[in-house]
Formats: sequence, structure tokens, C-alpha cells
Amino acid sequence: MSDRMIYFDHAATTPVRTEVVEAMLPYFTQKYGNPSSIYTIGRESKKAIEEARETVAKVIGAQSREIFFTGSGTEADNWAIKGVAYANRQKGKHIITTAIEHHAVIHTCQYLESEGFEVTYLPVDADGLVTAEQVRAAIRPDTILISVMFANNEIGTIQPIAEIGKVAKEKGIYFHTDAVQAMGNLNINVEELNVDMLSMSSHKFYGPKGIGALYVRKGVKMTSFMHGGAQERGRRASTENVAAIVGLAKALEIASENMEQYNRKLISLRDRTIEEIQKKVPFIKLNGHREKRLPGNVNFSFEFIEGESLLLMLDMKGIAASSGSACTSGSLDPSHVLLAIGLPHEIAHGSLRITFGEDNSDADVDYLMEVLPPIVQRLREMSPLYEAYCKKK
Amino acid sequence: MYSEKVMDHFSNPRNVGEINDADGVGQVGNPKCGDIMKMYLKIEDNVIVDAKFKTFGCGAAVATSSMATELVKGKTVDEALKITNQAVAEALDGLPPVKMHCSNLAEEAIRAAIDDYKKKNGLQEEGSECEGCCNKCEDIHRIYDEEE
Repeated sequence: MSDRMIYFDHAATTPVRTEVVEAMLPYFTQKYGNPSSIYTIGRESKKAIEEARETVAKVIGAQSREIFFTGSGTEADNWAIKGVAYANRQKGKHIITTAIEHHAVIHTCQYLESEGFEVTYLPVDADGLVTAEQVRAAIRPDTILISVMFANNEIGTIQPIAEIGKVAKEKGIYFHTDAVQAMGNLNINVEELNVDMLSMSSHKFYGPKGIGALYVRKGVKMTSFMHGGAQERGRRASTENVAAIVGLAKALEIASENMEQYNRKLISLRDRTIEEIQKKVPFIKLNGHREKRLPGNVNFSFEFIEGESLLLMLDMKGIAASSGSACTSGSLDPSHVLLAIGLPHEIAHGSLRITFGEDNSDADVDYLMEVLPPIVQRLREMSPLYEAYCKKK
Repeated sequence: MYSEKVMDHFSNPRNVGEINDADGVGQVGNPKCGDIMKMYLKIEDNVIVDAKFKTFGCGAAVATSSMATELVKGKTVDEALKITNQAVAEALDGLPPVKMHCSNLAEEAIRAAIDDYKKKNGLQEEGSECEGCCNKCEDIHRIYDEEE
């Protein structure tokens, strides 16, 4: 085992910033009032929530009454899709989404199919892109919702959200985007993009876990997510997680202020890593679009080897990363995203995702490039697939 | 999630490689599901004197391959055929439930290599062909799922 710990999995989660923790702390022990209570310490909590709402709204160009706090990004996705589907089922039963959405969207859509809804899962190209024209062509008279993710969690590909938004607006169909990976990384303005609903998750941008938000454009017809109280304007009952809400807003505020500098750093680490891996390791494939890509995302497939073995060996060297192999997905199949971009199973099993963040440096990339090529070589030398390839040659 | 012994056999796998003049070679698994094991056996006077392997797969697949080669060495062919997937898993101080299929793969790799040896030496009894070793990974997974 290594004493080093280099964290390259910021798409999975991020550490909470110290300033964020500090902003949250008073709401555990001092300002613990229930925001629904009318006395002073209750009102203080209420005020903190409303300020947080205002902050989030400002960052994405929305009105504060259009921001609803949720328990997670997954909850925001579930609510957006089921909420619109159930409230508009008289109008239609058709939903359009893509084949590479996060499971929070795909499984929700599959659930709705079991409830009688019909879902079109648009295929993507080899880079993981879907086009506005594909969306337009899939629209039916009974289409009630389009849900396309802002940026993909595995391969980092950024979708043409503005163009899709334009089509949705022109056709008068609600447009939801799962922006869980994009928030804090990309500039997002819901007005310019014609987005009607947008999901985000705090722990992806250095905020606490267990808190997310859903932007819902004023006038969107959707059912309530939870019943049992007047919180979140009656649409999402539950005593608010005040400290986490404050943390989410603080984290988003910092992310938004530092975005340009943060992106510059991440893009530099990303591009250097992509170039060096391409230079130093043979039989590889970069997954995802080369330019339309999240600033911190690197995803490669290494032929002839399997992802979990690669992760374990990197872990032994103190590197934390991620893979789309079946062994790490807990199912028989490798990642649905890698299959959707056309990778054969055996190549999809050999994927490695590195996602950079605030705490990474060029020295971390130096170290990665020192340990990764020998690990790949070692696994290949153990691989009967590599042996077969070499003998064939 | 893995035992220390699994991690030991994963990080320092025993008997990795090929045997050029192997008496029996067996390959099982399927690239589609992410694990393939290839086992080489050197057999003298019905005793397995050397075993080597190559594996494409997860940590458990590598560790079970390594352990399987250790277990068969020094055993007679008949003794080796009695090695079960449970025996391989137990020798590794257990495997996580989702990884038990890897031990099936190890058992089948041993059988496939011995089967190959018997075929080459005309030792195959009528009807004794190994049927398991041609299974696709999916079948191995399914066997496990049903057991569960």
C-alpha cells in the first residue's frame, strides 16, 4: 500500500470546502430553529434558506421562487420526470431522453414505462453526442417532456443544450436537463438555454452530500414530490435541511466566482493527461468528445485489460479513480454509456475514468504517468487476450 | 471488500505466464462479460508438476487463477479434478458474493486444461468430455445467480 493519496474521482464526489463547512456549522448547534416556526430562531433559519435560494437562483439566471431544494440530484431527476409525467398525462404519454443518461433518469423513465408512458431513448454518436435534430425528429403530438443531460458523468461529453432548448421551446414541450455534472464547471443560464427544469447536486461542487436542487420554471405543471407540509411552497414537504441548504448555496457561490480560474486549471490537467496517455500507452481509445468535454474529465479504454484490476493496482499506488467495467458496476454488463458510444464489451470493460478537481496538481499527473503505463503493461502481460493478439501478429 | 489473501494473490499472483510445452491448455470465460482464464498444465506420470495461467478479469479473477494454479501443483490429475470452486474460494478466505462466479471460472479452467491433456493423450473415457468449460460467462453468472 502507498502512503500517497491522490484523488482523481471528483465526478463521484468532492471534498467539502472549509468555508462551506464553516458557513454550515452554526445551523447545527446555534441556529437550529425549525424554519416553519414563527419565533426568532425559526425565522433565522427561514431567512438562511431564502438567502440560499436567492444565491442559487442568481447563479443560473432564475428567480428564487423557481428553486426547490431536494435531498439529492437523484431526487431532483426523479421529481422532474415523474412530476411532469403525472401532471400532464391527460395531454400525452411520450417522453424523449437519451441512451446515456444517468440511472436516476433512465431508471425513472423505465419505471414510467411500466406505468403506461412511452419513452424514446435517443442513440448517441461515437463521441456521445445527441443532436437537436434527433430530438426534433423524435417529437410526437403526445410528447410531454424532453430530458437530456447537460454533461455526461462518465465520458464528460457536453450536449448541445441551447439548441435542444430552442427546439423544445418552439414545440412547447417541457425541457429538463440533469446538470449534476455540469454545475460548478460550466456557465449555465436557464433563460439563455430555454431550460424549464434543471437538476443539481451539491456534493459535486464541493458542498455537502444529501442536498440537491431542482429549478422549475414558473408555470411548469408538475405534481408535488412529497406531501405533508407547506415547505418548498407545498411541493416538497419535509423540514428543510437548513445547514445543507446553506452549504449548497455557499459552495455554488464559490464555484461560480472561481469558475474561470478553476476551469483553466482543470483543462490544463485534462489535456496534458490525455496527450501523455496517448503518447505513452499503446492500444487505447479516448472515450467522449475531445473538445465538447467537461474540464476535468479523462476517460480511456485500455485494450486487453479489465477495469477493476486496473483500479485495484492504481489504488495500491495511492490513486483513487473509477471505471465503467461490469465488475465495478455491480452488474453483468459494462457501463451503458460506453456501450451506447459503440464500444465492444471487452473494450468497455477496460475503461478508466479520471476526474480532476481543486486538490489536484501537475505533480499528481507526473505521478500518474509514472505508475499508469507499467500497471497497464503488467496487466497486459497477464492477459490471454493480449497474448492472443501478439501471437496473431 | 476483498480478503487480505485475495489482495495478496492479486498483487503478487503466483504462476503467471505460459508453459511452451504444456501437456494441457484450457481457456474458459468470455471477453464479453469481462473475464477469461487460460490455464497451462505440465503433467508427468499423471501428476501435475507445473501450472501457469493468464487471466483477463477483475481482482477476484486474477486471485482465483493464482490460487487454482497453486492448488493443482503436485496433485494427480484425478485429485485436481476434485478441486471445487468452493475449495478455491475457501483457500482465499472467501470471496464477496458477487465475485463467486470467478471461482467457478477457476474450477472450469482446471477441468478444461485436464480435458485437453486427456484428449491429446487418448485418455478420454467415453462421455467424460468436460461440458462446463465451454460455457459462456453469462451461463456461469447465471448458475451463480440461481444458487443465490
